Amino acid sequence: MMKNIPISAAIGLFFTGLYFFIAFAAPLIAPYGMAEVVGDVWEPSSAEHLLGTDNIGRDLLTRMIYGGRTTIFIAAAATILSFVTGTSLGLLAAVMGGWADQALSRMVDLVMSIPTLILALVILAIVPVTVPILILVMGLLDATRPYRLSRSVAVDINVMDYVEAAKLRGEGRRWIIFREILPNALSPLVAEFGLRFIFMVLFISTLSFLGLGVQPPLADWGGIVKENKDGIVYGIGAALYPAVAIATLAISVNLVADWVLNRTTSLKGGRG
Amino acid sequence: MHPIVKLVSQRFALGILLLFGASALIFGLTEALPGDAAQAVLGQSATPEALANLREEMGLNRPALTRYFEWLGGIVQGDLGQSLTNKLDIAESIGKRLGNTLFLACAAAVVSVPLAIFLGLLAVRYRNRWPDKLISAITLTTVSIPEFLIGYVVIYFISVKLGWFSSLAMINETMSFGQKLNAIALPAFVLTLVVLAQMMRMTRAAILNLMQSAYIETAELKGLSNFQVIARHAFPNAISPIVNVVMLNLAYLVVGVVVVEVVFVYPGMGQYLVDSVTKRDVPVVLACGVVFAAVYIGLNMVADIVSILANPRLRHPK
Repeated sequence: MMKNIPISAAIGLFFTGLYFFIAFAAPLIAPYGMAEVVGDVWEPSSAEHLLGTDNIGRDLLTRMIYGGRTTIFIAAAATILSFVTGTSLGLLAAVMGGWADQALSRMVDLVMSIPTLILALVILAIVPVTVPILILVMGLLDATRPYRLSRSVAVDINVMDYVEAAKLRGEGRRWIIFREILPNALSPLVAEFGLRFIFMVLFISTLSFLGLGVQPPLADWGGIVKENKDGIVYGIGAALYPAVAIATLAISVNLVADWVLNRTTSLKGGRG
Repeated sequence: MHPIVKLVSQRFALGILLLFGASALIFGLTEALPGDAAQAVLGQSATPEALANLREEMGLNRPALTRYFEWLGGIVQGDLGQSLTNKLDIAESIGKRLGNTLFLACAAAVVSVPLAIFLGLLAVRYRNRWPDKLISAITLTTVSIPEFLIGYVVIYFISVKLGWFSSLAMINETMSFGQKLNAIALPAFVLTLVVLAQMMRMTRAAILNLMQSAYIETAELKGLSNFQVIARHAFPNAISPIVNVVMLNLAYLVVGVVVVEVVFVYPGMGQYLVDSVTKRDVPVVLACGVVFAAVYIGLNMVADIVSILANPRLRHPK
């Protein structure tokens, strides 16, 4: 599997790994404490502060590292929640068929008929904004997409001869799902996982930027933009570093996802 | 009945049904979640008596279903209720802001739609050569950056470094059309960048998909030039997927506009929605949510109806 790995995918894997490593080891890598005020407001970059300081004099590199940790953690947790819920319901719907499939699918159609951001904003107007609630809201709202993908892939696999054979053998529904369908549906699901993870990174950053995501003093990439955006009109680019971070992370994960998807073109599911 | 009429009316009915479903979902969410409008007004530390009094006053004690139908009836008649925070009529506030938002979205659409289709065709024409790769690389980058960051990058380089346009998109009724266009130039540019990439990628995919059909191969084997194959054979059949792509992206524009308005402090619907969410002004959030959902569902419906109409196989039933 690791032979013949294209150069683009290798680069993608390297940077994705690097970002996750930094996220895990943030307290060890970061030069200062997360909310520690160490200098003047918006100092330019220097030997002590490689990226300069932020709007209240915290080290920007430290904020970026901790911000990456928060952003990546929330995005990963929300993606996992969305995939576990979405795929299990999707596979179940495909295998059961009938009214269960109909009810679930129409429910998903309804949720998808409203833009996710708008629905999330409506919910966040009511509930308190905390990290677990953010993960829950993002994960459940986005579960519609893994649901659709896993259902459509599983419906195709469900009519294959080997599944039919397993059914005739008298295997239970659990065996059919986990031993027959899931292994064959894994490739498009893994690729989709990468794309949904990117979407979650963009989503949580957007919410934080709007002031409805991660709350200060916790750092996250969207929040860093919100905190430093007033500097932009004075020509201070502190708010633009998250753009570089988000873009490189997103492109790396995209490169990996493309590679995973291209390896198995025969089972290409819907994307997007 | 003619099959087209049947399909179109079916799709139309589905759209209406979705609209009802969406309004019920939005209303139901605000009901089902812990916390309500009274709680939002008084905050977490309110005494139970104060909460009960305010609920009584706001009519929140009555059954949810009754209030849903009252609310829905109000919307149909153009009455969206009153804002909790400033007691202003919501329909009036939304009316002005919706106009501004549509103006911005239309300006972005007028630029981005033709450009996206042109670039998409260009990418297909030079498939796997440098123009295609360049376009792919640039669009991959723009889809990987959230809208608000594209906004600030644009402000930083165009507005601050070059000093071309103002970083704030102020707009009011006394401005002439030209002044208004000047004011929204930057936000419209950002929105264009945001949807252009998506639209172009989808156009390219739709046409490439088509180019693999057998009749295109036949046309190529007949010895037609590359351009003739695209213009005469591929394009007429590509209208339906392209219109679909355009409509889906216009729907996406509706969402992108929320964030871009906040970046440029533009007095539109998105800004209003975000402000109200921050202030926990539930009636306004409900109203804005329904308007956004309606526009989104409407555009998706138009996309489907156009692709039904553009399908030549349905126009000539056997």
